[in-house]
Amino acid sequence: MSDNAKEKPAETVQVEIRNLWKVFGRDPKKIVNGPLKDKSKEEIKKKTGCVVAMRNINLDIRKGEFYILMGLSGSGKSTLIRNLIRLVNPTSGSVTINGENVTKMSSEDLLQFRRKTFGMVFQHYGLLPHMTVLDNAAYGLKVRGLPKGERFAKAMRSLETVGLKGWEDSYPGALSGGMQQRVGLARALANDPEILLMDEPFSGLDPLIRRQMQDELVELQDRLQKTIIFVTHDLHEALKLGDRIAIMRNGEVVQVGSPEEIVTQPADEYVEEFVKDASPAKVLTAGSIMEDAKVLLYNWEGPKTALTLLRSHKRKAAFVVDKGHKLLGVIKESTLEKLIEADEKPSILPSDSIRKVSTVNEDTILEDLFSIVNENPYPIPVLRGDGRLAGVVTTDQIFESISPAEGENHD
Amino acid sequence: MIEFPDIVNIPLAAWIDSAMSWLLKHMDGFFDVIGLIILQVVMAFEAVFLFIPWFIVIPLIGLAGWKLVKSWKMALVFIVMLLMIGSFGYWDLAMRTLSLVIASVFFSLLIGIPLGITMAGSDRAEGILKPLLDGMQTMPSFVYLIPALMFFGMGKVPAMVATIIYAVPPVIRLTNVGIRTVDREAVEASKAFGATPRQVLFDVQLPLAKPSIMVGINQTTMMALAMVVIGSMIGAKGLGMEVLLAINRIEVGRGFEAGISIVFLAIIIDRITFSFSEKNEKRK
Repeated sequence: MSDNAKEKPAETVQVEIRNLWKVFGRDPKKIVNGPLKDKSKEEIKKKTGCVVAMRNINLDIRKGEFYILMGLSGSGKSTLIRNLIRLVNPTSGSVTINGENVTKMSSEDLLQFRRKTFGMVFQHYGLLPHMTVLDNAAYGLKVRGLPKGERFAKAMRSLETVGLKGWEDSYPGALSGGMQQRVGLARALANDPEILLMDEPFSGLDPLIRRQMQDELVELQDRLQKTIIFVTHDLHEALKLGDRIAIMRNGEVVQVGSPEEIVTQPADEYVEEFVKDASPAKVLTAGSIMEDAKVLLYNWEGPKTALTLLRSHKRKAAFVVDKGHKLLGVIKESTLEKLIEADEKPSILPSDSIRKVSTVNEDTILEDLFSIVNENPYPIPVLRGDGRLAGVVTTDQIFESISPAEGENHD
Repeated sequence: MIEFPDIVNIPLAAWIDSAMSWLLKHMDGFFDVIGLIILQVVMAFEAVFLFIPWFIVIPLIGLAGWKLVKSWKMALVFIVMLLMIGSFGYWDLAMRTLSLVIASVFFSLLIGIPLGITMAGSDRAEGILKPLLDGMQTMPSFVYLIPALMFFGMGKVPAMVATIIYAVPPVIRLTNVGIRTVDREAVEASKAFGATPRQVLFDVQLPLAKPSIMVGINQTTMMALAMVVIGSMIGAKGLGMEVLLAINRIEVGRGFEAGISIVFLAIIIDRITFSFSEKNEKRK
């Protein structure tokens, strides 16, 4: 098992899971502490009748991270997320959140902790059918004991955030699945929790609605910057949403990594099998496949120098940057020739002779490059966040990097 | 023929008899207090039902049929049935029976709903109560009359005690089942937001289990009616006693009138209590 927490020590770890076990059955402690501990799940089941739902889980989840727990059903992912707030109590091990040991909390402290730190969204929404949408959204606040006016005001804002304004007096039963899940999300957000737990929230929705909800969640996360712990069995969803993904199998964590790492360096055959169908075009970013621009012109150089450089590399055109390495655009050989032949020879490259080009960011996924490649004969410049030129991506590179698995169409 | 050996003789009957006499000797005051409470409640209900004249009760029940069962035909049927009971000359007796039923149901719910909640919250409680409830329901109903008679003497109170014991199982069972079958995620959601067990119970479990609990109340009420009739054997005044008298005197016509009055009451009570559970299901 790999853990990447050490790679970025600057970011604070908010959720720390250590040696966490959950065994269902009679006398589960005996298994965790005894010699059976290292036996396989099947063997333990056969010998004692106990089911090992989670085996020795160690994870670090950072503040503000979109963390995905992925695995097939029975892999222990839902048990794990429930252990974090002790909806299910772990057999052994510890969960530390914001420096507080959740596993050791008294039940009264636990209630307070759940109220102030968490919001949770459920697969089948978990709404209360006898309450209106507004009452549902305000439920977490009601539990906290907020006065009616305040909690309805907060719940209304939350409903607006998820686009359900005007539905507050309806009952959940009158809403479509997607809308019910929005209520679920509004209820979780109304508390303004630090950590959002989402247990397969979009699994029950139609593909179209699901995609829409995913997009909105990404947008919401950009704005709110919560820590999100998201359970899913859908690889595409995991790759699309996650900053980091923990892949679980039979109650164990098999691999932890960024979407890119998971797809490009699967830890074992199981993960490999899992990601086989993943389209790299949805995962790989421009930054990961770009090259250095071989020929780069500087705008303070004269046209003559530029032309010489261009010809020595046998190029018809090249990108131009300014002193701060910011991309200005592209200039053609023919344009340079014209500048030199002109009566008034400019000492620098004039900005009106530099053509603007479409650019992408380092984290643009390849899929989004296709349309740009189509209408653009030049390599695509890749910019850093501050506008400086990071590298270029050519059509060849794009197709090379996606060719191995691009046999089928996954949508 | 080989007889069962005399040596293997478990004197269960003797044990129970001595336990009874012990209880009677030492717990007398306790039973007196319980009897007094039960009597006060049933008297209060009787006072109300006998005080309100028939020409007000009949339209009220008709209105209930119309509004709750949502059928004006049913309302009409209710009115006709009540008028027939009146015309047999059984109005007062019917009201007495009704008071007994309602008072018994009142106590049954008071005991049954909390027990059902306890049972749903703990597997151990369920393990203990389930066989007990099975036993209570399979036991012939007269059996309860004997200890009730011994502890509380003749009259309304022992009849009601027997009725309560006989009628309480369905509401316990269905409260338990109703709470246990509440959507797991709804309960989890409530807990995840930091709800106390009490908040989970009142915000989620009881409201969502309501249709099931209402069916339990309906069944408990019907069983209470059946038992109250039998309770007339130990002196509870009402329609049952009329049937009993008719049997003793072999007056078929009189027995039939009283019997059909009981059936009419049963139909009315059943339809009205059942409408509660249906109404709740529709709101979902």
